[in-house]
Amino acid sequence: MKYIDEYRVPRAAEQYVREIRRITRRSWSIMEICGGQTHAIIKYGIDRLLPKQLRLLHGPGCPVCITAAEHIDQAIELALLPNVIFCSFGDMVRVPGTSSTLLVARAAGADVRVVYSPLESVAIAQQNPRHEVVLFGIGFETTAPAIAMAVQQAQMLNLKNFSLLSVLALVPPAITTLLDDPANTIDGFLAAGHVCTVMGYREYQPIADKYGVPIVVTGFEPLDILQGIHMTVAQLERGAATVENQYSRAVTAEGNLPAQKLIRDVFQTVDRNWRGIGSINQSGLALRPSFGDFDALHRFTLGRSHSQPELRCISGLILQGRNKPHECAVFGAECTPEHPLGATMVSGEGACAAYFRYRQQKIEPGGSIKDITK
Amino acid sequence: MIFAGSNGPGSSQHSPGQQKIMLAHGGGGRLMHQLIDDLFITILVDPEYDAKHDAAICTAGGAKLAFTTDSFVVDPLFFPGGDIGSLAVWGTVNDLAMCGARPLYLSVGFIIEEGFAIEQLQRIVRSMRAAADRAGARIVTGDTKVVEFGKGHGVFINTAGIGRIDHGLEINPARIAPGDVIIVNGDIGRHGIAVMASREGLSFEPPITSDLAPLAAPVMALIEAGVNIHCLRDLTRGGLATALVELAQASGRELCINEREIPVSNGVRAACEILGFDPLYVANEGRFTAFLPPDDLDTALATLRAVDAEPHVIGAVSDAGSPLVTVKTLMGTERVVDMLSGEQLPRIC
Repeated sequence: MKYIDEYRVPRAAEQYVREIRRITRRSWSIMEICGGQTHAIIKYGIDRLLPKQLRLLHGPGCPVCITAAEHIDQAIELALLPNVIFCSFGDMVRVPGTSSTLLVARAAGADVRVVYSPLESVAIAQQNPRHEVVLFGIGFETTAPAIAMAVQQAQMLNLKNFSLLSVLALVPPAITTLLDDPANTIDGFLAAGHVCTVMGYREYQPIADKYGVPIVVTGFEPLDILQGIHMTVAQLERGAATVENQYSRAVTAEGNLPAQKLIRDVFQTVDRNWRGIGSINQSGLALRPSFGDFDALHRFTLGRSHSQPELRCISGLILQGRNKPHECAVFGAECTPEHPLGATMVSGEGACAAYFRYRQQKIEPGGSIKDITK
Repeated sequence: MIFAGSNGPGSSQHSPGQQKIMLAHGGGGRLMHQLIDDLFITILVDPEYDAKHDAAICTAGGAKLAFTTDSFVVDPLFFPGGDIGSLAVWGTVNDLAMCGARPLYLSVGFIIEEGFAIEQLQRIVRSMRAAADRAGARIVTGDTKVVEFGKGHGVFINTAGIGRIDHGLEINPARIAPGDVIIVNGDIGRHGIAVMASREGLSFEPPITSDLAPLAAPVMALIEAGVNIHCLRDLTRGGLATALVELAQASGRELCINEREIPVSNGVRAACEILGFDPLYVANEGRFTAFLPPDDLDTALATLRAVDAEPHVIGAVSDAGSPLVTVKTLMGTERVVDMLSGEQLPRIC
């Protein structure tokens, strides 16, 4: 398959691994931002091919993982209202808020529908004029344009029964928050290819300059990731700190300008609470006042969520690259995909779920444990 | 499979009194297995029978019989490559075939929703008759119920089947042995993608059609060719991965597969890339995996090819003792293949 097969060629991967080994002199910690990259790294065992001096840290780029429990509580409260059809992307429906999930709400009678595109929710609103249709607006700069388009369409169609619960988040403010932390150990970043497909990568250069970190825009196939790591290590070893583009088959410096305009037209930046990290200045997208009629938070009166952080869960530290999933005391024991204590276990793209799915402990004959988690 | 249905205990945040059945309990993953183990098998099943095999093996008057049942709630009712009628007949035929049984008799139960078009019902029934004829089975009894409008989804169908085992082979997970080769009879994942594409209005060019097919003929051909089949399992809801994890657990063996050898058509791969699915977990309805001693491999491959299958060797049984499935990735690394919790859900971005 074009654009896929050539990025999964084992021999080319071996060459990259040899080359990374050759140029790596010192120890470096590199964070991949996106959950899709984390998933590919663990699925293909890319971290195991790297020299010991390189540590891959799994970043906060999984939209499901970083959605705060209070927002999921709001979603569940909306979904349980009589007469509401609540539309969400698929992997969000399993994620726990304070005490429940959208799937559990559905089993309790809520009309929760999985949509593949935000525009489907507009069609549902047209087909169900007597129902209130609410779209759960989740994701980063990747999903924001399509969600913006859904709101614009609803306005053009003069729909009175469509609204959006926006918890959209922006990646660059999260990167600077991680770098501002005195405990930060990140030496370089693999930036998320899909986010940059929309936004371009000019906004990353000031970050690279200010903090002296290389940032390489990277794709999602095994060879993309190996090449991105190679470019990052090459910069680190020669003391450079600039933005480079590995994912040039999809990303340009200026990005997708019409998509950016859509985002600007419909949304304004606001402070956003990130699960496990806390509030980050100007890291969220909320509807502009001119689209206020479509804001679910205006249209419905919701109770206050009393979300309590799950104390045993270290997903916040994992999202900041401080810990790996298997370093958590409850990983794979009290915390599993069926009984997740934190969102990094429940989302398919969460680091904990990826480790659980692909790297459980293996019991050797005689009962000794061969740990293939690390 | 005798118990293939829906859910068990939900999340840790809920006391048992609050737990409810969720769709994920019917998704073929871990939640469904918990429900079957903790509730159905514990209370219902005579310990003498292996309720987790595709069918129960019973004896009557000296004859060795396989007995199974399955219910079909597919949406949409008609999909590229089949419909709920052919699916209901072949699903049960295939469960019998997985025990090495020749399908003989089937029952059919219809639960029809008020307002359902009789013309559609006629199409489904004709399709069932053709499917039974092709599989060499006879539909001999049935039942009809009509539920109020809004309380069904057009039509639900249950089938049960009896087959006869007239050979001495014991085909079950306990016979899986170190060194066995693991084969599949064709490319995986087409049924799940065809049904989902049809339900969600996604179209692919060329269209992806279901792999739905009766499996009695290839299994009987293997037995008649003298292949010493150790175990068979049809790949249904949870896909190849779930079937292999079930068999690893039932046999206590470590099953090692090679990602490069797993046959997936370009159309299914493309659809999975778009949706963020892993083809290993996508449903099939005409695919099975067989465990054989290596000496019988050539005969098995030639026999399957002669009945128009496209068999592939996907791995082998390790002599290590861990009851799990490992896959050698394209990159040459090794990882564990796990059962999913519930259904696969499309990724966000």
